[in-house]
Amino acid sequence: MPFSSLSDIQNRLNNGETTAVEIAQLYLDRIAAFNSTLNAFVHLDANHVLAQAAASDAYRKEHGARALEGLPIAVKDIFCTQDGPTRCCSNILEGFEAPYDAHVITKLKEAGAVLVGKTNMDEFAMGSSNETSAFGPCRNPWDTERIPGGSSGGSAASVAAALTPAALGTDTGGSIRQPAALTGITGLKPTYGRVSRRGIIAFASSLDQAGPMAGNVKDCAMITAAISGHDAGDATSVSDAPAIDWLAACEAQDMKGLKIGKPKEYFVDGMDAEVRQSVEAALQKCEELGAEIIDISLPNTEHAVAAYYVIAPSEASANLSRYDSVRFGHRCDNPEDLLDMYTRSRDEGFGSEVKRRILTGAFTLSSGYYDAYYLKAQKVRTLIQQDFIQAFEQVDVIATPTSPIPAFKLGEKTDDPLTMYLSDIFTIAVNLAGLPGLSQPCGFASNLPVGLQWIGPAWHEDTVLAAAAAYEGATDWSNQHPAEFNMNGGES
Amino acid sequence: MSWETVIGLEVHCQVNTDTKAFCGCSTVFGAEPNTQTCPVCLGMPGQLPVLNTVAVDKTILTGLAINAHINLESKFDRKNYFYPDLPKGYQITQFTVPIVEGGYIDIPTKDGGEKRLGVTRIHMEEDAGKSMHEGLDAVSHIDLNRSGVPLMEIVSEPDMRSADEAIAYLKQLHQLIRFLGVSGGDMEKGQFRCDANVSVRRPGEPFGTRTEMKNMNSFRFIKQAIEFEVVRQIEIIEDGGEVIQESRLWDSVKSESRSMRSKEEAHDYRYFPEPDLPPLRVSQQEVDAIKAGMPELPGELRKRFETEYGLSSYDADVLSQTREISVWYESLVAAHPADPKRCANWLANELLGRLKEAGKDLADSPVSAKRLAGLLDRVGDNTINGKSAKDILDDMMESDDDADAIIEAKGLKQVSDTGAIDTIILEVMAANPDQVAGYRGGKDKLMGFFVGQVMKASRGKANPGMVNQRLAELLKG
Amino acid sequence: MDIDVKKVAMLSRIRLTDDEAAELGPQLANIIGYVEQLSKVDTDGIEPTAHPHDAAMPLRANIVTNGNRRDDLQASSPKIESGLYVVPKVIE
Repeated sequence: MPFSSLSDIQNRLNNGETTAVEIAQLYLDRIAAFNSTLNAFVHLDANHVLAQAAASDAYRKEHGARALEGLPIAVKDIFCTQDGPTRCCSNILEGFEAPYDAHVITKLKEAGAVLVGKTNMDEFAMGSSNETSAFGPCRNPWDTERIPGGSSGGSAASVAAALTPAALGTDTGGSIRQPAALTGITGLKPTYGRVSRRGIIAFASSLDQAGPMAGNVKDCAMITAAISGHDAGDATSVSDAPAIDWLAACEAQDMKGLKIGKPKEYFVDGMDAEVRQSVEAALQKCEELGAEIIDISLPNTEHAVAAYYVIAPSEASANLSRYDSVRFGHRCDNPEDLLDMYTRSRDEGFGSEVKRRILTGAFTLSSGYYDAYYLKAQKVRTLIQQDFIQAFEQVDVIATPTSPIPAFKLGEKTDDPLTMYLSDIFTIAVNLAGLPGLSQPCGFASNLPVGLQWIGPAWHEDTVLAAAAAYEGATDWSNQHPAEFNMNGGES
Repeated sequence: MSWETVIGLEVHCQVNTDTKAFCGCSTVFGAEPNTQTCPVCLGMPGQLPVLNTVAVDKTILTGLAINAHINLESKFDRKNYFYPDLPKGYQITQFTVPIVEGGYIDIPTKDGGEKRLGVTRIHMEEDAGKSMHEGLDAVSHIDLNRSGVPLMEIVSEPDMRSADEAIAYLKQLHQLIRFLGVSGGDMEKGQFRCDANVSVRRPGEPFGTRTEMKNMNSFRFIKQAIEFEVVRQIEIIEDGGEVIQESRLWDSVKSESRSMRSKEEAHDYRYFPEPDLPPLRVSQQEVDAIKAGMPELPGELRKRFETEYGLSSYDADVLSQTREISVWYESLVAAHPADPKRCANWLANELLGRLKEAGKDLADSPVSAKRLAGLLDRVGDNTINGKSAKDILDDMMESDDDADAIIEAKGLKQVSDTGAIDTIILEVMAANPDQVAGYRGGKDKLMGFFVGQVMKASRGKANPGMVNQRLAELLKG
Repeated sequence: MDIDVKKVAMLSRIRLTDDEAAELGPQLANIIGYVEQLSKVDTDGIEPTAHPHDAAMPLRANIVTNGNRRDDLQASSPKIESGLYVVPKVIE
């Protein structure tokens, strides 16, 4: 029972076999049993969860079920919610309670979902290991000595350990796909502009995009269908985005006629051999399913990390200026003067990785350096985007590993920021180009999950979902769960 | 050797929209502190800007009115700096590609000609809130009602060569924006604010180092500040020193400026494209539609009033001061078409004077154009004389009666009957034999005395033209 | 690459102790050193990308939609007096 999909739960609710309250209680029990081990949740109000579930049961009785009626979904601490604190896992947001819901939270509520707490993350989504959280690291259910990936590590761990059947994450440089890969679940980053960013705490505005993390492809599609769509309150939310039949896309059984691009830059020396093997094997499976594998090149990929580590910190340095302790958030004790209030509050409130990125961004934007760094990175961004456009003239979808390595140990990379940054090497280009990307499990390396990444043309999430659904149907990787958590909450 | 002053002006003009530039908060002035704020204009986490369509239209209209180029694609950037009244820690502005570029404003010169002053650009941006320090000891208070109000920054070329030229430019611009209805232009409310870049040089030489004069909230202070700064710079250079490029704050109480250089590092605004806002695109059709709806501008109106209605340049100027006055004037002319000059005279001198005394705007005038025209009709057909008409207008300001009713009730109908006027004249002559003798002895100036006496005896009702004519006749003897 | 860490920290309004500056300096230099590789990319004639899609900005109607929510919005503010945000004195 614990590792049920959203659709399983939905069926049981529709058949009257169970109630939203029962389901909520089951997952609350699991959180109570396992969260102390994983630290996946940083805020949880069990009574509030049960109240939502009871309201959902009442709604179902009176009006019938909505798209996500009674389904428990956890959300990353980056989504503003009117209920309870929103901290972005930072001390700078000490005491902050958002007087508004993020647009996607409103959408989940309108679809009847039961929102389960806030999940752990890297502070302000800056990290690839969830180790920069002000609430301490989150752990990988497959090996609790290891990181779950980041920045949406808490959401990934929650789904991987079945503390909730699904969760929302955000993805700026791989923050949905990389932790999904490292915890053996499925995660989708939609096309930039598909999902409103309003009420989601900004990291890098031209890259951020929210998306689902769940046990399988269809569950991701169900959630995306509910949270996507134009929002007049977000000027980057695209109003004429091609509509998609999200669920129909997941019905694909085979890959007949599908042209899959295999970019040579994503299969390189230095990556984990077992990871490479798993992904190569996955592509073979795709061929068996009728796909044609075409070798392609995305030559500017090698500069993606460099471009990203100029653009993202630059945008972040401005986005994080609002945390100045004037209107909300942490203020230092007894400031001597205005400058002291600013500098000390921000010193106390931000962790070291966040400071590093703010300073990097302030530097790359500063007078005398802008052209050499920021402007140059934007031009390289254009080249990266053009690589994909050209590739998609040849192929329908691109398949790559999600991460060059499986989950590493806590503390292993914390001393060397640059090495940490390089772990996003395969996911970053997708954000720079604004494309949809999905990660799904495709094997194991040293008993740790390996992720297969699908990249589609802009607005073609359906192509990505269809390929992933066909692969999922033909393999058993999505049904693998960490043994330690494969029991009911009460039994632990 | 003489010095030449070089001045460039940056005007921050609030655009009079109902809502702020990027959110649905009201812009009404004077509300309780922080009651016109929302998560967007407070810069709360995750909040995003969406641009006000009317702010765009009004900025385009202003650009068209100064004959500028409208960029069909313009961009927004972030200007980064920390200040407690700047909630996001950056201002959304247009740095690289503003919506308006390259216009001009003509100002009148002393010799009756015109001088053309270039406008480099007009860009859209958001206003900051207000910091208040007065009466507070170690703290400041922040009110963010103004945060996010749309601004146009109108940047001139360094084309002004004197404080007077700068003031002429500003007055022209100030009149224009009010005329177009794009801004309230109230300087006391901070709706029209000016920074002046001032430098001096020997004629023909390259520009000198400039300073930026800030915080000048009236035309008088701007003139004083520029003149003060010119003297200060010349003294520095003549003493062998160098002018330092800096911002200076005008202190209107002490009538002097002081440096705003702070101990902290120099500003580095780190402009970069606003990722929350894609490029602003407007179509040529939209621009054309705005152009089609553009009202006649003050300069054109002034010229038309002179040629079409034969007004003096003074009257034409007064009546084209605001759009409201010009519209009022033309509706008066429509109601009293016989004499547009009379209309101009009675509106510019009589009605506006009375309204000013009463502290009222034309919009609140108790006398409508139609009622005033009724009065002017009676002046035109000699029913009443000018003196009576002014008294009647006084009455009309206080009552709803029209001119005819007041004339009837007060018996002010002008006496134009020769017999009746002759009778009064002969009575006055009989009562003043010495003056009659004096006039007949060559003291022509006594005519005024007789006119006054006759008008007095008729209780103001005698037709002054006829009084003059009959007096001249009868005094001859 | 020698980066003036104290200067960028001041621009960013973040207090840095000398020790922190000594640690962050080389880290930033390392990161900036890595991104230097961009200079080798030929970008002649390439337009910069600021937004992933070539879309125009949507506009908002000029209609007041927000009322007074002051109490609500100041509920978690560090310091308020009579509805005003309070900060150490701003010196102009």
